[in-house]
Amino acid sequence: MRSHRRRRGTRIRPYTFTGGRTRSRHPLMVQTLVSTADPANEPPANLMPESQRIYVLCAEARSVAEVAAELKIPLGVTQVLLSDLADQGLVYIHPTITGHSPSENQVLERALRGLERLFQ
Amino acid sequence: MSTKIVIAGGFGAGKTTLVGSVSEIPPVTTEAVMTEASVKHDDTSSTPEKVTTTVAMDFGRLTLDRELIMYMFGTPGQARFWFMWDDLVRGAVGAVVVVDTRRLADCFDAVDYFERNQNIPYVIALNKFDGEIGYTIEEIREAVEVGPEVPILEFDARDRASSGNVLKTLLSYTLSRPAQPEPVG
Ligand SMILES: Nc1nc2c(ncn2[C@@H]2O[C@H](COP(=O)(O)OP(=O)(O)OP(=O)(O)O)[C@@H](O)[C@H]2O)c(=O)[nH]1
Ligand SMILES: [Mg+2]
Repeated sequence: MRSHRRRRGTRIRPYTFTGGRTRSRHPLMVQTLVSTADPANEPPANLMPESQRIYVLCAEARSVAEVAAELKIPLGVTQVLLSDLADQGLVYIHPTITGHSPSENQVLERALRGLERLFQ
Repeated sequence: MSTKIVIAGGFGAGKTTLVGSVSEIPPVTTEAVMTEASVKHDDTSSTPEKVTTTVAMDFGRLTLDRELIMYMFGTPGQARFWFMWDDLVRGAVGAVVVVDTRRLADCFDAVDYFERNQNIPYVIALNKFDGEIGYTIEEIREAVEVGPEVPILEFDARDRASSGNVLKTLLSYTLSRPAQPEPVG
């Protein structure tokens, strides 16, 4: 076997999904679940049409990536719109488990048990 | 609540096939419009030129229990989209690097990436593509230059149980490591 992985220097990653817009206070990653805070209410009339569609869709929780895919809105735009909706208290952002804190180990163990149930 | 793992690897290594084998929904392919700031070499001004690229990424979903959903996100196979990995990878509890051993060098970009981002545990999954891997696990480990702690296993991306076993191996490995704090910045 002759090919070996070349060692490379660290590269600069000079871009973001949202084209430079500052990161929201809310951790809104592609996998983060979002849901409309009060789905029984109609979307406020002053919302942009795209935001109204998000409001209606998220009556049931789904991930940021699913919102983008279902409404055919680019991911970065979806993130910005959702973050604005969350700032107005219209959308609830569910916790995202990243495994970066030891307190999340219980959830990771649940994840493993879930996988073991599904794939015996 | 939800969590995420990332499926990386070379072009055509079997990432989407793996996601499709385990996912409870057909893999969703979605377009992400990426803006990349690039500076022309012959340009002395400091204004970066924005380049917009559309890349396809796909994802699948697994409901692990009543309150926990795990998403699997496939990174674009084309190496030139390495710049978008940070956003896809951010917050992942782990990653799988899918390898077609007939084109081993294709996985080097992904392995490089996860070797540099030590806070994301990853496993290397060798897709059998009907045949034999052709090398021992230790030969592969030496060729891709990863430490003995990184799990390397064979699997069949078209097979649900075999692909599920890759996910179980990854989660067990993640749990075996002390939690890594999120990098600053
Ligand atoms: N025979 C065989 N074919 C496979 C296997 N895994 C994947 N393939 C085929 O190989 C091709 C590439 O697989 P994909 O799952 O699309 O690979 P990918 O890594 O998602 O590719 P990109 O997203 O384009 O980088 C497809 O035509 C698959 O059907 C396998 O285990 N055996
Ligand atoms: Mg694919």
